[in-house]
Amino acid sequence: MAVIGSLITIAITASLVNNVVLSQFLGICPFLGVSRKIDSAFGMGMAVIFVITLASAVCGVIYTFVLLPFDLVYLNTIVFILVIAMLVQFVEMFMKKFMPPLYESLGIYLPLITTNCAVLGVALLNVSSEYNVLEGIVNGLATAIGFTVAIVLLAGIREKTEYNDVPESFKGMPMVLLSSALMAIAFVGFSGLRG
Amino acid sequence: MEEKKKGALGLTINSPAERVFNGFIVENPTLVLLIGMCPSLAITTNAVNGIYMGLATTFVLALSNVVISAIRKIVPDTVRIPAFIVVIASFVTLVDLVMHAYMPDMYAALGVYIPLIVVNCIIFGRAEAYASKNGMVPSFFDGIGMGLGFTAAITAIGLFREILGTGTVFNIPFMGSKVAETSALHGVPQVLIFVQPPGAFMVLAFLIALMNKIKKVLENRGKDTSQFGEMAAEETAAAKKAEEMKKEAAAKKEEAAKAIEKKEELPEKTEQFKEEAEKRAQAAKEEVKDAAQEENKEVSK
Repeated sequence: MAVIGSLITIAITASLVNNVVLSQFLGICPFLGVSRKIDSAFGMGMAVIFVITLASAVCGVIYTFVLLPFDLVYLNTIVFILVIAMLVQFVEMFMKKFMPPLYESLGIYLPLITTNCAVLGVALLNVSSEYNVLEGIVNGLATAIGFTVAIVLLAGIREKTEYNDVPESFKGMPMVLLSSALMAIAFVGFSGLRG
Repeated sequence: MEEKKKGALGLTINSPAERVFNGFIVENPTLVLLIGMCPSLAITTNAVNGIYMGLATTFVLALSNVVISAIRKIVPDTVRIPAFIVVIASFVTLVDLVMHAYMPDMYAALGVYIPLIVVNCIIFGRAEAYASKNGMVPSFFDGIGMGLGFTAAITAIGLFREILGTGTVFNIPFMGSKVAETSALHGVPQVLIFVQPPGAFMVLAFLIALMNKIKKVLENRGKDTSQFGEMAAEETAAAKKAEEMKKEAAAKKEEAAKAIEKKEELPEKTEQFKEEAEKRAQAAKEEVKDAAQEENKEVSK
Protein backbone atom coordinates (compact mmCIF):
# COMPACT_ATOMS: atom_id res chain seq x y z
CA MET A 1 0.00 0.00 0.00
CA ALA A 2 2.85 2.33 0.76
CA VAL A 3 3.93 1.99 -2.86
CA ILE A 4 0.51 3.01 -4.15
CA GLY A 5 0.43 5.93 -1.74
CA SER A 6 3.77 7.24 -2.92
CA LEU A 7 2.69 6.81 -6.53
CA ILE A 8 -0.46 8.85 -5.90
CA THR A 9 1.63 11.55 -4.23
CA ILE A 10 3.95 11.63 -7.25
CA ALA A 11 0.97 11.85 -9.62
CA ILE A 12 -0.71 14.75 -7.80
CA THR A 13 2.55 16.63 -7.39
CA ALA A 14 3.48 16.23 -11.06
CA SER A 15 0.10 17.06 -12.57
CA LEU A 16 -1.16 19.89 -10.36
CA VAL A 17 1.32 21.21 -7.80
CA ASN A 18 4.38 21.35 -10.04
CA ASN A 19 2.43 21.77 -13.26
CA VAL A 20 4.89 21.17 -16.05
CA VAL A 21 3.97 24.28 -18.02
CA LEU A 22 2.79 26.77 -15.47
CA SER A 23 5.38 26.27 -12.77
CA GLN A 24 8.31 24.48 -14.43
CA PHE A 25 8.10 26.14 -17.85
CA LEU A 26 8.74 22.98 -19.83
CA GLY A 27 6.94 22.62 -23.13
CA ILE A 28 6.20 26.33 -23.43
CA CYS A 29 6.59 26.33 -27.22
CA PRO A 30 3.67 23.98 -27.99
CA PHE A 31 1.75 25.51 -25.06
CA LEU A 32 1.85 28.92 -26.76
CA GLY A 33 1.91 27.66 -30.35
CA VAL A 34 -0.81 25.02 -30.53
CA SER A 35 -3.36 26.54 -28.14
CA ARG A 36 -5.43 28.53 -30.61
CA LYS A 37 -8.29 26.00 -30.78
CA ILE A 38 -9.50 23.53 -28.18
CA ASP A 39 -9.53 20.64 -30.68
CA SER A 40 -5.91 20.97 -31.71
CA ALA A 41 -4.86 21.64 -28.12
CA PHE A 42 -6.53 18.40 -27.07
CA GLY A 43 -4.86 16.50 -29.93
CA MET A 44 -1.48 17.87 -28.92
CA GLY A 45 -2.17 16.92 -25.31
CA MET A 46 -3.03 13.35 -26.25
CA ALA A 47 0.10 13.01 -28.39
CA VAL A 48 2.21 14.37 -25.53
CA ILE A 49 0.64 11.95 -23.02
CA PHE A 50 1.43 9.07 -25.34
CA VAL A 51 5.03 10.06 -26.08
CA ILE A 52 6.04 11.21 -22.59
CA THR A 53 4.74 8.03 -20.94
CA LEU A 54 6.52 5.86 -23.46
CA ALA A 55 9.70 7.93 -23.33
CA SER A 56 9.92 7.90 -19.54
CA ALA A 57 9.48 4.13 -19.60
CA VAL A 58 12.19 3.55 -22.22
CA CYS A 59 14.60 6.10 -20.75
CA GLY A 60 14.04 4.68 -17.27
CA VAL A 61 14.86 1.18 -18.46
CA ILE A 62 17.96 2.31 -20.37
CA TYR A 63 19.18 4.38 -17.43
CA THR A 64 18.70 1.61 -14.87
CA PHE A 65 19.97 -1.32 -16.92
CA VAL A 66 22.55 0.20 -19.25
CA LEU A 67 23.91 3.55 -18.10
CA LEU A 68 24.16 2.80 -14.38
CA PRO A 69 25.88 -0.64 -14.59
CA PHE A 70 28.40 0.59 -17.15
CA ASP A 71 29.07 3.86 -15.33
CA LEU A 72 28.02 6.00 -18.28
CA VAL A 73 25.68 8.34 -16.41
CA TYR A 74 27.37 11.46 -17.77
CA LEU A 75 26.13 10.50 -21.26
CA ASN A 76 22.49 10.62 -20.22
CA THR A 77 21.63 13.85 -22.07
CA ILE A 78 22.93 12.57 -25.41
CA VAL A 79 21.43 9.11 -24.96
CA PHE A 80 18.03 10.39 -23.86
CA ILE A 81 17.61 12.89 -26.69
CA LEU A 82 18.55 10.27 -29.28
CA VAL A 83 16.19 7.75 -27.71
CA ILE A 84 13.38 10.29 -27.74
CA ALA A 85 14.03 11.30 -31.35
CA MET A 86 14.07 7.67 -32.46
CA LEU A 87 11.02 6.85 -30.37
CA VAL A 88 9.00 9.66 -31.94
CA GLN A 89 10.06 8.48 -35.38
CA PHE A 90 9.08 4.87 -34.60
CA VAL A 91 5.75 5.88 -33.11
CA GLU A 92 5.02 7.91 -36.20
CA MET A 93 5.86 5.02 -38.56
CA PHE A 94 3.96 2.51 -36.43
CA MET A 95 0.86 4.68 -36.27
CA LYS A 96 0.95 5.38 -40.00
CA LYS A 97 1.06 1.65 -40.73
CA PHE A 98 -1.28 0.17 -38.15
CA MET A 99 -3.48 2.96 -36.78
CA PRO A 100 -4.30 5.32 -39.66
CA PRO A 101 -7.23 7.09 -37.93
CA LEU A 102 -5.12 7.83 -34.86
CA TYR A 103 -2.25 8.91 -37.11
CA GLU A 104 -4.51 11.31 -38.94
CA SER A 105 -5.63 12.97 -35.74
CA LEU A 106 -2.26 13.06 -33.93
CA GLY A 107 0.20 12.77 -36.81
CA ILE A 108 0.93 16.43 -37.37
CA TYR A 109 1.83 16.93 -33.72
CA LEU A 110 4.29 14.07 -33.46
CA PRO A 111 7.33 15.62 -35.18
CA LEU A 112 6.88 18.72 -33.04
CA ILE A 113 7.23 16.66 -29.89
CA THR A 114 10.90 15.82 -30.44
CA THR A 115 11.77 19.42 -29.64
CA ASN A 116 9.25 19.59 -26.81
CA CYS A 117 11.51 20.10 -23.83
CA ALA A 118 8.91 18.52 -21.55
CA VAL A 119 9.80 15.05 -22.87
CA LEU A 120 13.53 15.34 -22.24
CA GLY A 121 12.82 17.34 -19.09
CA VAL A 122 10.71 14.59 -17.56
CA ALA A 123 13.29 11.93 -18.46
CA LEU A 124 16.05 13.99 -16.78
CA LEU A 125 13.91 14.88 -13.75
CA ASN A 126 13.08 11.19 -13.26
CA VAL A 127 16.80 10.54 -13.02
CA SER A 128 17.64 13.47 -10.77
CA SER A 129 14.73 12.65 -8.42
CA GLU A 130 16.02 9.06 -8.28
CA TYR A 131 12.69 7.52 -9.25
CA ASN A 132 12.64 3.84 -10.17
CA VAL A 133 11.18 2.78 -13.52
CA LEU A 134 7.57 2.47 -12.28
CA GLU A 135 7.65 5.79 -10.44
CA GLY A 136 9.18 7.34 -13.52
CA ILE A 137 6.34 6.13 -15.72
CA VAL A 138 3.72 7.44 -13.27
CA ASN A 139 5.55 10.76 -13.07
CA GLY A 140 5.68 10.99 -16.86
CA LEU A 141 1.99 10.16 -17.28
CA ALA A 142 0.91 12.64 -14.60
CA THR A 143 3.15 15.38 -16.00
CA ALA A 144 1.67 14.88 -19.45
CA ILE A 145 -1.87 14.98 -18.04
CA GLY A 146 -0.96 18.26 -16.33
CA PHE A 147 0.28 19.57 -19.67
CA THR A 148 -2.97 18.57 -21.39
CA VAL A 149 -5.09 20.22 -18.70
CA ALA A 150 -3.10 23.45 -18.98
CA ILE A 151 -3.08 23.63 -22.79
CA VAL A 152 -6.80 22.85 -23.12
CA LEU A 153 -7.67 25.48 -20.50
CA LEU A 154 -5.53 28.07 -22.26
CA ALA A 155 -7.12 27.20 -25.60
CA GLY A 156 -10.54 27.75 -24.04
CA ILE A 157 -9.49 31.15 -22.73
CA ARG A 158 -7.98 32.10 -26.09
CA GLU A 159 -11.14 31.14 -27.98
CA LYS A 160 -13.13 33.44 -25.68
CA THR A 161 -10.73 36.38 -25.70
CA GLU A 162 -9.60 36.29 -29.32
CA TYR A 163 -11.79 39.19 -30.44
CA ASN A 164 -11.52 41.28 -27.34
CA ASP A 165 -10.53 44.89 -27.79
CA VAL A 166 -7.05 45.17 -26.24
CA PRO A 167 -4.36 47.84 -26.64
CA GLU A 168 -2.58 47.62 -30.00
CA SER A 169 0.81 46.57 -28.60
CA PHE A 170 -0.72 43.79 -26.50
CA LYS A 171 -2.43 42.02 -29.40
CA GLY A 172 -1.34 38.43 -29.95
CA MET A 173 1.37 36.90 -27.83
CA PRO A 174 1.41 39.39 -24.91
CA MET A 175 -2.28 38.71 -24.24
CA VAL A 176 -1.66 34.97 -24.36
CA LEU A 177 1.20 35.37 -21.89
CA LEU A 178 -0.95 37.45 -19.56
CA SER A 179 -3.69 34.80 -19.70
CA SER A 180 -1.06 32.20 -18.82
CA ALA A 181 0.11 34.40 -15.94
CA LEU A 182 -3.40 34.45 -14.49
CA MET A 183 -3.65 30.67 -14.92
CA ALA A 184 -0.29 30.29 -13.20
CA ILE A 185 -1.55 32.34 -10.26
CA ALA A 186 -4.50 29.97 -9.99
CA PHE A 187 -2.18 26.96 -10.09
CA VAL A 188 -0.01 28.43 -7.30
CA GLY A 189 -3.05 27.69 -5.16
CA PHE A 190 -2.47 23.95 -5.63
CA SER A 191 0.78 24.16 -3.68
CA GLY A 192 -1.35 23.78 -0.55
CA LEU A 193 -2.16 20.22 -1.67
CA ARG A 194 1.34 19.01 -0.95
CA GLY A 195 0.67 19.28 2.75
CA MET B 1 17.59 37.74 -46.37
CA GLU B 2 20.01 36.02 -48.68
CA GLU B 3 18.92 37.58 -51.93
CA LYS B 4 19.64 41.09 -50.69
CA LYS B 5 23.23 42.18 -50.74
CA LYS B 6 22.89 44.72 -47.94
CA GLY B 7 21.40 43.84 -44.56
CA ALA B 8 20.20 46.00 -41.70
CA LEU B 9 21.98 49.35 -41.20
CA GLY B 10 23.60 48.96 -44.63
CA LEU B 11 26.04 46.36 -43.31
CA THR B 12 27.29 43.81 -45.83
CA ILE B 13 25.29 40.65 -45.51
CA ASN B 14 27.02 37.76 -43.67
CA SER B 15 29.79 40.02 -42.34
CA PRO B 16 30.50 39.48 -38.62
CA ALA B 17 29.02 42.83 -37.59
CA GLU B 18 25.85 42.28 -39.62
CA ARG B 19 25.38 38.81 -38.14
CA VAL B 20 25.81 40.04 -34.58
CA PHE B 21 23.44 42.97 -35.12
CA ASN B 22 20.92 40.65 -36.76
CA GLY B 23 20.90 38.30 -33.80
CA PHE B 24 20.90 41.08 -31.25
CA ILE B 25 18.10 43.28 -32.62
CA VAL B 26 16.56 42.33 -35.95
CA GLU B 27 15.89 38.68 -35.23
CA ASN B 28 16.20 38.73 -31.46
CA PRO B 29 15.26 35.13 -30.67
CA THR B 30 13.29 35.77 -27.50
CA LEU B 31 11.53 39.07 -28.13
CA VAL B 32 11.03 38.99 -31.93
CA LEU B 33 11.06 35.36 -33.06
CA LEU B 34 9.53 34.15 -29.77
CA ILE B 35 11.58 30.96 -29.59
CA GLY B 36 13.58 29.48 -26.75
CA MET B 37 10.90 30.39 -24.25
CA CYS B 38 11.48 27.64 -21.70
CA PRO B 39 14.76 28.88 -20.18
CA SER B 40 13.81 32.52 -20.65
CA LEU B 41 10.84 32.00 -18.34
CA ALA B 42 12.18 29.36 -16.00
CA ILE B 43 15.53 30.59 -14.73
CA THR B 44 15.06 34.34 -14.91
CA THR B 45 14.32 34.83 -11.24
CA ASN B 46 17.36 37.11 -11.20
CA ALA B 47 19.64 38.77 -13.71
CA VAL B 48 22.78 36.78 -12.80
CA ASN B 49 21.05 33.50 -13.67
CA GLY B 50 20.07 35.08 -16.96
CA ILE B 51 23.65 36.04 -17.78
CA TYR B 52 25.06 32.59 -17.02
CA MET B 53 22.28 30.79 -18.86
CA GLY B 54 22.70 33.15 -21.81
CA LEU B 55 26.47 32.68 -21.95
CA ALA B 56 26.18 28.89 -21.70
CA THR B 57 23.68 28.96 -24.57
CA THR B 58 25.89 31.33 -26.59
CA PHE B 59 28.85 28.99 -26.16
CA VAL B 60 26.90 25.95 -27.34
CA LEU B 61 25.27 27.91 -30.15
CA ALA B 62 28.49 29.36 -31.59
CA LEU B 63 30.51 26.14 -31.42
CA SER B 64 27.77 23.83 -32.65
CA ASN B 65 27.15 26.25 -35.53
CA VAL B 66 30.84 26.02 -36.48
CA VAL B 67 30.92 22.22 -36.35
CA ILE B 68 27.63 21.82 -38.18
CA SER B 69 28.81 24.24 -40.84
CA ALA B 70 32.04 22.24 -41.19
CA ILE B 71 30.29 18.90 -41.63
CA ARG B 72 27.40 20.22 -43.72
CA LYS B 73 28.75 18.78 -46.99
CA ILE B 74 29.68 15.38 -45.54
CA VAL B 75 26.42 14.54 -43.76
CA PRO B 76 23.69 13.08 -46.01
CA ASP B 77 20.46 15.03 -45.94
CA THR B 78 18.37 12.17 -44.56
CA VAL B 79 20.32 11.79 -41.32
CA ARG B 80 21.14 15.44 -40.76
CA ILE B 81 18.71 15.93 -37.87
CA PRO B 82 20.13 13.14 -35.67
CA ALA B 83 23.65 14.25 -36.63
CA PHE B 84 22.94 17.83 -35.60
CA ILE B 85 21.36 16.65 -32.36
CA VAL B 86 24.44 14.62 -31.48
CA VAL B 87 26.73 17.60 -32.13
CA ILE B 88 24.58 19.91 -30.02
CA ALA B 89 24.18 17.35 -27.24
CA SER B 90 27.95 16.84 -27.08
CA PHE B 91 28.59 20.54 -26.50
CA VAL B 92 25.79 20.71 -23.96
CA THR B 93 27.29 17.79 -22.06
CA LEU B 94 30.63 19.65 -22.10
CA VAL B 95 29.02 22.76 -20.61
CA ASP B 96 27.11 20.62 -18.14
CA LEU B 97 30.24 18.91 -16.83
CA VAL B 98 32.32 22.11 -16.70
CA MET B 99 29.65 24.01 -14.79
CA HIS B 100 29.13 21.10 -12.45
CA ALA B 101 32.84 21.04 -11.65
CA TYR B 102 33.69 24.76 -11.43
CA MET B 103 30.40 26.54 -10.65
CA PRO B 104 28.45 24.23 -8.34
CA ASP B 105 26.20 27.03 -7.00
CA MET B 106 25.18 28.21 -10.43
CA TYR B 107 24.78 24.60 -11.55
CA ALA B 108 22.38 24.00 -8.68
CA ALA B 109 20.42 27.18 -9.48
CA LEU B 110 20.01 26.37 -13.17
CA GLY B 111 19.38 22.67 -12.52
CA VAL B 112 17.72 20.67 -15.24
CA TYR B 113 17.71 23.66 -17.60
CA ILE B 114 21.41 23.22 -18.45
CA PRO B 115 20.98 19.81 -20.12
CA LEU B 116 17.77 21.15 -21.62
CA ILE B 117 19.82 23.55 -23.75
CA VAL B 118 19.83 20.58 -26.16
CA VAL B 119 16.17 21.07 -26.99
CA ASN B 120 16.35 24.87 -27.05
CA CYS B 121 14.69 25.68 -30.37
CA ILE B 122 17.12 28.55 -30.96
CA ILE B 123 20.10 26.24 -31.36
CA PHE B 124 18.46 23.69 -33.59
CA GLY B 125 16.72 26.43 -35.52
CA ARG B 126 20.01 28.23 -36.30
CA ALA B 127 21.70 24.95 -37.24
CA GLU B 128 18.92 24.16 -39.65
CA ALA B 129 18.27 27.64 -41.00
CA TYR B 130 21.76 29.12 -41.13
CA ALA B 131 24.76 26.92 -40.28
CA SER B 132 23.77 24.10 -42.64
CA LYS B 133 23.83 26.55 -45.56
CA ASN B 134 26.71 28.94 -44.79
CA GLY B 135 30.44 28.92 -44.15
CA MET B 136 32.11 28.47 -40.79
CA VAL B 137 33.04 32.10 -40.05
CA PRO B 138 29.62 33.67 -40.65
CA SER B 139 28.04 30.74 -38.82
CA PHE B 140 30.25 31.40 -35.81
CA PHE B 141 29.26 35.08 -35.68
CA ASP B 142 25.63 34.18 -36.29
CA GLY B 143 25.83 31.99 -33.19
CA ILE B 144 27.51 34.76 -31.20
CA GLY B 145 24.92 37.34 -32.29
CA MET B 146 21.92 35.12 -31.61
CA GLY B 147 23.42 34.03 -28.30
CA LEU B 148 24.07 37.59 -27.16
CA GLY B 149 20.57 38.64 -28.23
CA PHE B 150 19.19 35.80 -26.15
CA THR B 151 21.47 36.70 -23.23
CA ALA B 152 20.40 40.35 -23.33
CA ALA B 153 16.71 39.45 -23.49
CA ILE B 154 16.75 36.98 -20.60
CA THR B 155 19.01 39.22 -18.51
CA ALA B 156 16.47 42.01 -19.00
CA ILE B 157 13.63 39.71 -17.94
CA GLY B 158 15.69 38.61 -14.95
CA LEU B 159 16.49 42.20 -14.03
CA PHE B 160 12.84 43.28 -14.02
CA ARG B 161 11.76 40.27 -12.02
CA GLU B 162 14.60 40.80 -9.56
CA ILE B 163 13.92 44.50 -9.03
CA LEU B 164 10.19 43.98 -8.56
CA GLY B 165 10.36 40.69 -6.73
CA THR B 166 13.26 40.99 -4.31
CA GLY B 167 14.39 44.60 -4.65
CA THR B 168 17.91 43.79 -5.81
CA VAL B 169 19.97 44.49 -8.93
CA PHE B 170 22.37 41.68 -9.85
CA ASN B 171 21.84 40.35 -6.31
CA ILE B 172 22.88 43.70 -4.76
CA PRO B 173 20.14 45.53 -2.80
CA PHE B 174 19.62 48.95 -4.36
CA MET B 175 18.69 52.31 -2.82
CA GLY B 176 21.12 51.54 0.00
CA SER B 177 18.66 49.55 2.06
CA LYS B 178 19.12 46.10 3.48
CA VAL B 179 16.40 44.22 1.72
CA ALA B 180 17.05 40.73 3.01
CA GLU B 181 14.25 39.62 5.37
CA THR B 182 12.56 42.67 6.80
CA SER B 183 12.03 44.73 3.70
CA ALA B 184 8.34 45.15 4.43
CA LEU B 185 9.24 47.49 7.27
CA HIS B 186 12.05 49.54 5.79
CA GLY B 187 13.45 49.80 2.34
CA VAL B 188 12.19 48.56 -0.98
CA PRO B 189 8.84 46.81 -1.10
CA GLN B 190 8.93 43.29 -2.53
CA VAL B 191 6.31 41.94 -4.87
CA LEU B 192 6.96 38.26 -4.40
CA ILE B 193 4.72 37.20 -7.27
CA PHE B 194 7.37 38.42 -9.71
CA VAL B 195 9.92 35.82 -8.63
CA GLN B 196 7.23 33.16 -8.70
CA PRO B 197 6.15 31.55 -11.99
CA PRO B 198 3.26 33.96 -12.83
CA GLY B 199 5.67 36.90 -12.76
CA ALA B 200 7.72 35.38 -15.56
CA PHE B 201 4.73 35.31 -17.90
CA MET B 202 3.77 38.86 -16.94
CA VAL B 203 7.22 40.41 -17.38
CA LEU B 204 7.70 38.68 -20.75
CA ALA B 205 4.25 39.85 -21.88
CA PHE B 206 5.09 43.46 -21.05
CA LEU B 207 8.54 43.26 -22.68
CA ILE B 208 7.08 41.90 -25.92
CA ALA B 209 4.38 44.59 -25.85
CA LEU B 210 7.15 47.19 -25.37
CA MET B 211 9.05 45.74 -28.32
CA ASN B 212 5.87 45.94 -30.44
CA LYS B 213 5.41 49.57 -29.39
CA ILE B 214 9.01 50.45 -30.27
CA LYS B 215 8.63 48.82 -33.67
CA LYS B 216 5.43 50.77 -34.30
CA VAL B 217 7.03 54.07 -33.33
CA LEU B 218 9.98 53.38 -35.63
CA GLU B 219 7.61 52.59 -38.48
CA ASN B 220 5.69 55.80 -37.99
CA ARG B 221 8.95 57.67 -38.38
CA GLY B 222 9.49 55.80 -41.62
CA LYS B 223 12.57 54.01 -40.36
CA ASP B 224 12.04 50.39 -41.25
CA THR B 225 14.93 48.62 -39.60
CA SER B 226 13.81 45.11 -40.28
CA GLN B 227 12.34 42.87 -42.87
CA PHE B 228 9.44 42.50 -40.48
CA GLY B 229 8.67 46.13 -41.20
CA GLU B 230 6.72 45.34 -44.33
CA MET B 231 4.70 42.65 -42.66
CA ALA B 232 4.02 44.93 -39.74
CA ALA B 233 3.02 47.74 -42.11
CA GLU B 234 0.52 45.44 -43.77
CA GLU B 235 -0.73 44.50 -40.36
CA THR B 236 -1.17 48.13 -39.38
CA ALA B 237 -3.02 48.82 -42.62
CA ALA B 238 -5.30 45.91 -41.89
CA ALA B 239 -5.73 47.13 -38.32
CA LYS B 240 -6.62 50.62 -39.57
CA LYS B 241 -9.23 49.17 -41.91
CA ALA B 242 -10.60 47.12 -39.08
CA GLU B 243 -10.78 50.24 -36.92
CA GLU B 244 -12.62 52.16 -39.63
CA MET B 245 -15.06 49.32 -39.98
CA LYS B 246 -15.46 49.29 -36.23
CA LYS B 247 -16.18 53.02 -36.20
CA GLU B 248 -18.77 52.57 -38.93
CA ALA B 249 -20.32 49.74 -37.04
CA ALA B 250 -20.37 51.87 -33.89
CA ALA B 251 -22.03 54.74 -35.78
CA LYS B 252 -24.63 52.35 -37.13
CA LYS B 253 -25.17 50.99 -33.65
CA GLU B 254 -25.74 54.50 -32.32
CA GLU B 255 -28.25 55.22 -35.08
CA ALA B 256 -30.04 52.01 -34.34
CA ALA B 257 -30.09 52.84 -30.65
CA LYS B 258 -31.55 56.28 -31.42
CA ALA B 259 -34.17 54.70 -33.65
CA ILE B 260 -35.11 52.36 -30.84
CA GLU B 261 -35.42 55.28 -28.42
CA LYS B 262 -37.65 57.07 -30.91
CA LYS B 263 -39.83 54.00 -31.21
CA GLU B 264 -40.12 53.88 -27.46
CA GLU B 265 -41.14 57.53 -27.43
CA LEU B 266 -43.74 56.97 -30.13
CA PRO B 267 -46.59 55.47 -28.06
CA GLU B 268 -46.42 58.37 -25.61
CA LYS B 269 -46.48 60.80 -28.48
CA THR B 270 -49.41 59.08 -30.17
CA GLU B 271 -51.34 59.39 -26.96
CA GLN B 272 -50.48 63.05 -26.84
CA PHE B 273 -51.49 63.39 -30.46
CA LYS B 274 -54.76 61.58 -29.77
CA GLU B 275 -55.55 63.89 -26.88
CA GLU B 276 -54.70 66.90 -28.96
CA ALA B 277 -56.70 65.57 -31.87
CA GLU B 278 -59.67 64.96 -29.57
CA LYS B 279 -59.40 68.47 -28.16
CA ARG B 280 -59.18 69.89 -31.63
CA ALA B 281 -62.05 67.75 -32.76
CA GLN B 282 -64.16 68.97 -29.81
CA ALA B 283 -63.13 72.54 -30.53
CA ALA B 284 -64.04 72.04 -34.16
CA LYS B 285 -67.42 70.53 -33.16
CA GLU B 286 -68.11 73.44 -30.88
CA GLU B 287 -67.18 75.83 -33.62
CA VAL B 288 -69.42 73.96 -36.00
CA LYS B 289 -72.22 74.05 -33.38
CA ASP B 290 -71.69 77.75 -32.85
CA ALA B 291 -71.63 78.31 -36.55
CA ALA B 292 -74.78 76.21 -36.94
CA GLN B 293 -76.50 78.07 -34.13
CA GLU B 294 -75.52 81.36 -35.66
CA GLU B 295 -76.75 80.12 -39.01
CA ASN B 296 -79.99 78.98 -37.39
CA LYS B 297 -80.36 82.38 -35.75
CA GLU B 298 -79.73 84.04 -39.04
CA VAL B 299 -82.14 81.72 -40.75
CA SER B 300 -84.78 82.32 -38.04
CA LYS B 301 -84.27 86.01 -38.42
